[in-house]
Amino acid sequence: MLPETAPAPRQITVPVMADLAARNESPEILFWVGCAGAFDDRYKRVTRAFVRILDHVGTKYAVLGLEESCTGDPAKRAGNEFLFQMQAMQNITTMNGYGIKKIVTACPHCFNTIKNEYPALGGDYEVIHHSTYLQQLINEGKVGVTGGESFKGRRITFHDSCYLGRANNIYEAPRDVLAALDADLVEMKRSRANGLCCGAGGAQMWKEAEPGKKEINIERTEEALATLSGAAAALANLGGVETETTAPGPHDLQGSIIAVSCPFCMTMMSDGVKNKEQEGKVQVFDLAELVASAEGINA
Amino acid sequence: MLQSILFALLLVAAFGLFAWQVRKIRANVLVGRDRDAGGHPAERLRKTILVAFGQQKMFKRLTPALLHLVVYVGFLVINIEVIEIVIDGLFGNLFGFHRSLQFLGPVYDGLMATNEVLAALVIVAVAAFWWRRNSKPPLKRFTGPELRLWPKLDANIILYVEVVLMVALFFMNTADLKLHQMRGEDLPGTFPISNLLVGLLPTGQGTLHVLERIGWWAHITGILLFLNYLPSSKHFHIILAFPNVWYSRLVPQGQFSNVESITHEVKAMMDPSYEVPAAPVGPDGSALAPTSFGAKDVDDLPWTNLLSAYSCTECGRCTSVCPANLTGKLLSPRKIIMDTRDRMEEKYNSPLIFRPNVYGAEAKHEPITDLANATLLRGKVTPEELWACTTCNACVESCPVNINPLESIIEMRRFLVLEESAAPNSLNVMFSNIENNGAPWAFSPSDRFNWADDLYVKGSTPVAAAV
Repeated sequence: MLPETAPAPRQITVPVMADLAARNESPEILFWVGCAGAFDDRYKRVTRAFVRILDHVGTKYAVLGLEESCTGDPAKRAGNEFLFQMQAMQNITTMNGYGIKKIVTACPHCFNTIKNEYPALGGDYEVIHHSTYLQQLINEGKVGVTGGESFKGRRITFHDSCYLGRANNIYEAPRDVLAALDADLVEMKRSRANGLCCGAGGAQMWKEAEPGKKEINIERTEEALATLSGAAAALANLGGVETETTAPGPHDLQGSIIAVSCPFCMTMMSDGVKNKEQEGKVQVFDLAELVASAEGINA
Repeated sequence: MLQSILFALLLVAAFGLFAWQVRKIRANVLVGRDRDAGGHPAERLRKTILVAFGQQKMFKRLTPALLHLVVYVGFLVINIEVIEIVIDGLFGNLFGFHRSLQFLGPVYDGLMATNEVLAALVIVAVAAFWWRRNSKPPLKRFTGPELRLWPKLDANIILYVEVVLMVALFFMNTADLKLHQMRGEDLPGTFPISNLLVGLLPTGQGTLHVLERIGWWAHITGILLFLNYLPSSKHFHIILAFPNVWYSRLVPQGQFSNVESITHEVKAMMDPSYEVPAAPVGPDGSALAPTSFGAKDVDDLPWTNLLSAYSCTECGRCTSVCPANLTGKLLSPRKIIMDTRDRMEEKYNSPLIFRPNVYGAEAKHEPITDLANATLLRGKVTPEELWACTTCNACVESCPVNINPLESIIEMRRFLVLEESAAPNSLNVMFSNIENNGAPWAFSPSDRFNWADDLYVKGSTPVAAAV
């Protein structure tokens, strides 16, 4: 047997739907990138990690590239139904033109909108969130989550995205993905159907919060930090009250992770960790980033 | 004879008054917009059995769930005895019989015993409920600007009435039991609690008979009065929870309703050959005025949301899990539901008691000077409340009777944006970004694919290429 040597980093040319169509090819899945995945510097890293995984497992995928446009989710949640439908019809026309059947996206808001709200406007697709897709890859053995960074024993807490969880009842897929990392998973008191919003949904991402006594992302970050450090007393105090959740618990926060599955949660939780001055110890990662790291395919 | 006639009159009057009140409420609910809530009977039945009859969602919080279960089962079982009371009341005095269901034999023994045990447990549960609401400080979800004055009093009245009804039941049974004991007769049924109480009553047979009658009349009169109190009270949920769950949405919680009139407009814009369906016509054949987008007042909301407003028992689970409310914002989903009910009764029909909520300065209401033109939006619900919502569905998930406050919030946001262009400025910027750049941020659309530049993968054999 020949000794195994790791191949050199290889450049990925992301397949664009228009090119595939020109060659009369059709992809197995369309990867819907979403605006955050395309423009937000932090979430672009998630998009790139997910594409590495798609490439790594040899999925025949494509993206819309410049033809993709906002799904209209923030417009619809803000009450601008007209703008939402304009966006939706435009995207549906594009995708139906290519005969798209199956869509995977890393954004729960895009996922919810395309899956639940596009059918009434003529867009019927099988829509999968990337947490479910990653879970399938792991279950099928296509991704072994080995060969890269080890997460064994690291404390991870998963923050449920509202639009994945309560909106669409997906609670287990992201947890199954994290379980495959062999990490030390800890659940926040408010999790799954009782999960607390990060504060960015419903178009809040684009506006200042109304007057109140606390920012929602601070409340949630405090809960995540208290859970990771095991500071039960600090956790008990939560409920809209500003708390000293960085009070040391039995566990050192160093190296622990808040896992998210949504670009807006990513922003809100990262801001929260910075606000609590824990960014040196606690990192916020998307599931795709964790899987790509564990698989050792990040370049 | 006299008692039978009195009882028949009381019964007719009570049910007549109740029907009159229900008709008014039905009319209020029907002012809402059409909403197709039919079809899928099997799924609706399953949900009604689980959520309404089975109280599935109550069990997210064990302590109140168990307390509530006692009162709920007590209500169902003790009401079997009400059937007996009605039969006895109508015909017992005429034909000289008493406790008409005694022919059930051992079943009757079991029923009476269960009733007594449940009635005692109900008193305990009600005491716990009272403490949760009235201790200092009360449970947080029993506070808030929408839960002062009448709603607070209403909640306590319900608890007091329940205790009075249970005490009347024991009074009746104990007196009856003792009367029979004095006469050396056997009273049909088993009465474990009343057996303990017989010593407390006097021994005169005449007095005992009077006491038994007082207990009997107090119990049934109390129930009939309570029945007519329901339409004015949050306690109406004991009836409307069932239809409300039946008609609740079956689609994923993340799916917001589609506005079909806008779909026609957008389709016509994109395809000039698209034929917009003719405007709906009224019963006389004339075209109806086009409805506004979204909701400004109660009649703009779907009727299911109006039914929900009458099904709300103001428990505040929605508000207690609302991220906006938790962090001190003005929004309280419960308030929006309560405001909807108040507004219906203010604008249309009200049951016997109508005491709409009056908010203090903390609710930041714009002063309503033009009462004749007041609406749900601004008259009761402020834009500040609506814009604080993150649409996270926590309120929807938490409601034990499947009320959807989020739907009302979105309908009112639609009115603000589409009819009044009254969105916060930052959201208007987001809208124009989407219109101009196809993204909610001010990025150039030509940069949309830049993320794919210089993208490398490490340690991976290209599977597809290897084939």
